[in-house]
Amino acid sequence: MPQPTETEQGRAPVIEPGHTFASITDKISAIVLTRPVSWGWIVGFAISFLVMQGLLFGAGYLFVKGVGIWGVNIPIGWGFAIVNFVWWIGIGHAGTLISAILLLLRQQWRNSINRFAEAMTLFAVACAGIFPLLHLGRPWLFYWLFPYPNTMNYWPQFRSPLVWDVFAVSTYGTISLLFWYVGLVPDLATLRDRAQNKALKIIYGMLAMGWRGSARHWHRYETAYLLLAGLATPLVLSVHTVVSFDFAIGIVPGWHTTIFPPYFVAGAIYSGFAMVLVLAIPIRKFYGVEDLITERHLENSAMVMLATGWIVAYGYAMEAFMNWYGGSPYENYLRWNRLHGPYAPWYYLLLFCNILVPQVLWIRKFRTKPLWLFLVSLDVLVGMWLERFIIVVVSLHRDFLTSSWGMYYPTRWDWAIFLGTIGLFASAMFLFIRILPMISIFELRTLLPEAKTGGPTQEAEA
Amino acid sequence: MKRPPIYGLMAEFDTPEEVVTAARKTHEAGYKKIDAYSPFPIEELAEAIGFHHNGVPLVVLVGGLLGCFSGFLLQWWINTISYPVNIGGRPHNSWPAFIPVTFEMTILFAGIFAVFGMLALNGLPMPYHPVFNMERFAFASRDRFFLIIFATDAKYDSGGTRQFLEGLKPHSISEVPS
Repeated sequence: MPQPTETEQGRAPVIEPGHTFASITDKISAIVLTRPVSWGWIVGFAISFLVMQGLLFGAGYLFVKGVGIWGVNIPIGWGFAIVNFVWWIGIGHAGTLISAILLLLRQQWRNSINRFAEAMTLFAVACAGIFPLLHLGRPWLFYWLFPYPNTMNYWPQFRSPLVWDVFAVSTYGTISLLFWYVGLVPDLATLRDRAQNKALKIIYGMLAMGWRGSARHWHRYETAYLLLAGLATPLVLSVHTVVSFDFAIGIVPGWHTTIFPPYFVAGAIYSGFAMVLVLAIPIRKFYGVEDLITERHLENSAMVMLATGWIVAYGYAMEAFMNWYGGSPYENYLRWNRLHGPYAPWYYLLLFCNILVPQVLWIRKFRTKPLWLFLVSLDVLVGMWLERFIIVVVSLHRDFLTSSWGMYYPTRWDWAIFLGTIGLFASAMFLFIRILPMISIFELRTLLPEAKTGGPTQEAEA
Repeated sequence: MKRPPIYGLMAEFDTPEEVVTAARKTHEAGYKKIDAYSPFPIEELAEAIGFHHNGVPLVVLVGGLLGCFSGFLLQWWINTISYPVNIGGRPHNSWPAFIPVTFEMTILFAGIFAVFGMLALNGLPMPYHPVFNMERFAFASRDRFFLIIFATDAKYDSGGTRQFLEGLKPHSISEVPS
């Protein structure tokens, strides 16, 4: 196996030299167990928690008054709810990509960022799931979406992509949670053994389920982990494919196109890596883990962003080309309407954020300087949100009949709930980095040169 | 059967190479009921104690097949028997439209079986275990490597086994009370 700690072609190492099994263990578990709560954390958590109240009040008011408090109306019946749903679920996809696909591809640099990327996935899916439920109109009847025997003698329509979506997103949420928890078990055992406080010992002990690192256990564990990665890989691709089917199966101009599945998946990974960087850059600075999340991680993530950004750009180009080349006057009008219609400024802003600005990542300085990379990532997050806005709103607001054209104006409740989910996401991340190891300790141990067992055992055999 | 007062003899090692070598020698010496503990997965260690195959892949396969067939059968039964609806003359069993849900159910069941199957085969959750009686064992989740010969092993006798373990040059040896 190649030694990942050695510098390859002058690139930064995955782990800075000088670490041992003990130093890694102590450093990461100390963040949870002994580090005092800082003012920065308290203020950050308080702000996130305050912003989250937008979701609480917005959703509460929606339960009282109904979806009329939103700006949705015919012809734009989807509005912010679906824009935000697609945006959040896309962000989640980078976590699964890092934890599953990069594991199968033996990209060992993933080991220091997979844990919090998986947590990010979980919280992003939670935020995403809220929107379609609130959008139902009668959210308290959400369980009607699932096939269960009922007195109405009624079943869901399995030919509809909206039902596929229910299955895809709930499977994705479940598998992400299991994957994350299984990855945590050995590290929870480490925390159980390190904790000085009796109560903490019991809590972490319960969560670790008595993990003791037996060779037999590790053997089954590794098999299960690898198989889970193998299952999560097609799953993550299928989830955003099904999300894109919500659009592509319809006949609305701008939605009815075969490029949607790959273009949605690429866009999801694009925005997801942007979120990984938005989280990783401040975390590594404030918690002093720059030796574990190194420049190498930033640079690799930036390169993934650049590559997926180009796939997305290709998607835009092909969309516009096919609208024109396909010969349908409605599709052709959509292209014109995007460029010159009432929402044109947002379309240009989208092209600016998603295609123009990220090209700075060709320059190495922008890939390795945290501040610049942070700003580019924020820009991509905005751009990807605008992309979903353009897809949902611009397509719906002017379709086949001019008599049914209209405009969409989000209300304050649309904004309150959207910002509220950002607050929910940030609050959950703040709690996560304080109560669970945010970097996978046992997977980092395997990256150290000492973890190699090749040489002496072969001598013993001979 | 009455449990012996001693659970086993545990030897502590400093490095992964040492524990793998020691485990291999112990296995070759004819000890069958042995186990090793490490803070991270070491493939050679499982091999060294004679543990080559595990049941997880089979459990996952069963789960995946179960999810696949139950997912498809559910949709087939609903659409052809329980609640057939004629939409534009499409066949009741319009199977291509059932593939996405069948696929998701396959993944869901296989994933759940992988996690809970792995835990069940490992005998977890098990919050108490005799090896936790040893104070030094807390380092098994940090940077130490352990090898145990269980007292139930046919070749086990406290004097001879200790002597054998000493020959492996461990960091220390201790008895694990049952």
